Amino acid sequence: MSAYVVRRVISMILLLLLLTFVVFILFSLLPTDPARLTCGKSCTPEIIEANRHRLGLDLPVFQQYWEYLKGIFVGRTFAKDSPDPVVCSAPCLGYSFKRGEEVFVLIKEGFPATFWLALGAFVMWLAAGISVGIYAALRRGKWQDKTVMGISLAGYSLPSFFLGLMAIFFIVIRLQLLPYPSYVSPFENPTQFLQTMILPWIVLAILYAAFYMRLTRNQMLEVLGEDYIRTARAKGLPERIVIRKHALRAGLTPIVTAAGLDLAGLLGGAIITESIFSLPGIGSLAVNSVNDADLPLIVGITLVTATFIIVANLIVDLLYAVIDPRVRLT
Amino acid sequence: MMTDLTPAPRRAYIEVEELSVQFPTEDGLVRAVDGVTFAIDKGQTIAIVGESGSGKSVTAQAIMGLVNSRTADVTGHVWVDGQDIVGMTDDELRKMRGRTMAMIFQDPMSSLHPFYRIGAQLTEAVNVHNKVSKKEARDRAIEMLHKVGIPSPEKRIEDYPHQFSGGMRQRVMIAMALINSPSLLIADEPTTALDVTVQAQIMELILELQQEYNTAVVLITHDLGIVADAADQVAVMYGARVVESGVIDDIFYAPEMPYTLGLLASVPRLNQVRAERLDPIPGNPPSPIRLPSGCVFNPRCVYTDRVEGNLCATERPALLPTAPGHMVRCHMSKAEREAVATIALGALGRETT
Repeated sequence: MSAYVVRRVISMILLLLLLTFVVFILFSLLPTDPARLTCGKSCTPEIIEANRHRLGLDLPVFQQYWEYLKGIFVGRTFAKDSPDPVVCSAPCLGYSFKRGEEVFVLIKEGFPATFWLALGAFVMWLAAGISVGIYAALRRGKWQDKTVMGISLAGYSLPSFFLGLMAIFFIVIRLQLLPYPSYVSPFENPTQFLQTMILPWIVLAILYAAFYMRLTRNQMLEVLGEDYIRTARAKGLPERIVIRKHALRAGLTPIVTAAGLDLAGLLGGAIITESIFSLPGIGSLAVNSVNDADLPLIVGITLVTATFIIVANLIVDLLYAVIDPRVRLT
Repeated sequence: MMTDLTPAPRRAYIEVEELSVQFPTEDGLVRAVDGVTFAIDKGQTIAIVGESGSGKSVTAQAIMGLVNSRTADVTGHVWVDGQDIVGMTDDELRKMRGRTMAMIFQDPMSSLHPFYRIGAQLTEAVNVHNKVSKKEARDRAIEMLHKVGIPSPEKRIEDYPHQFSGGMRQRVMIAMALINSPSLLIADEPTTALDVTVQAQIMELILELQQEYNTAVVLITHDLGIVADAADQVAVMYGARVVESGVIDDIFYAPEMPYTLGLLASVPRLNQVRAERLDPIPGNPPSPIRLPSGCVFNPRCVYTDRVEGNLCATERPALLPTAPGHMVRCHMSKAEREAVATIALGALGRETT
């Protein structure tokens, strides 16, 4: 078990290294010239060349990559030989000259909003999706099942920008039930935080809950037909224990996988939802960085997002062994 | 007519009376069990024999109250110690399951929950019906595992089902079924999924524990060899009905119903001359949605011409006594049935009356 974890962590680190390489090379192959983007209309070829040198973009690609990699661990200084060098401390994921800030700091600033959005929605969709999924499975073929599944199909089909805009239009603008969303930290102003987050949570949760309802329902239907469920009933266990302890536990594995990966994906930013509700998260940051071609920032966000997914993958695999004793981690 | 509403005193410990189970489906009404009747006492074994789809497993599940009342229509009576299972509420049934009556299933590989330790699954069965401490439940589990012949049970109790072989898992299932000393054990093809060498051990274990606990056993099987070894009584099922029942000697040495004759004739025997072919029953078992009218066996019966008119195809025969304790569902006269039995089984060199 521990040997497995060590091996998985090592391979994860190798994968992350490979990832940085691929992302870096990919972006260096773009036809956009980052040096050209450092100044506006007043650019002269001399300024561009000077900036190219300041950014270290005059070096060969592989050396650039090496500098970048080194920066992640020990930090780096741009424009060392100029009178005003720019220090980017470790972990340096690059420096956004557009925003005059380290990429890592920008992502760190955007993370709380993204984190709270993802976590809140995650809890909501899991609670709703799993409980409604079980309910539908227990009433398979009945009108309750059909109604719930119809609603879930609708929820699944509605794009989040539509739901989000409708929510803002009706609840915030027309009915004025909530103030216009404006993000604050939950530790600073919990009321305003909740007022801001409740709609994005619901919008995001509806989209995901629809999928989890179907997943849970199908899992439960499959498991409820298993022999060991009949055994549990033959023991004289109350039905609610048969469902919760025996059936749900057995049907949980794919739900855990999906949940882990979905949460990780969301931690990399819910682009549409964040944009609609103007939450200052990683998703909004990604949109803005693409809009003004802030390459270092785009690379940084891509790396961080991918890292979340890779780490989540490992956690999900480890959870497998916790859930299912037949899974041997070797 | 009797005006007394108290039920008449029951003769046997388990009495199944005109038990019927019907499932309404989109294709029509499925008659899975149609008027099954039998009775046994504590310590006795009745074997319910029949081919797949004859309704024997549904009969077993109906006795356990495992047939979902929302999807099926159960009528008739199942008296267990004077209490009628049919018509009990879900909760009353639940309290009887696992305590008064228990069940072991065909496939031990899939009948234990793969995610829980053996010990947890056994103690759960104890705890659901008894208020006992953790330690007592655990001791009880270890004792039962020991009893069913699992070596070093105090260690194996920490294992998961996948760490047990098929035979060992069936032993665990037996331990789980008997852990609350039920007075009725239903064994639904308990050896079918096991290796031949293990089959005999498991049957022996069931019979041994039956003796110890004085349990009534309902043994569902299609293996006539097991029936001969284990059962006191036999009920032969065909097309959702009991077509013949009696003590074991009645069925093996004095069978009268043509289906039973066919069943016995289709069993290979060691003393059979090799060139001799087995005698299968022609045709296929009926679909439970479209059971034949009249006698369910009439489309496959070769003796229908021995009954006057077209009675076999039009009128449902009743299950009537032919000798004390021996019941037969057939339109032929007793003399005809005995003649037919001699023809069918005499050819096999079998002792007939």
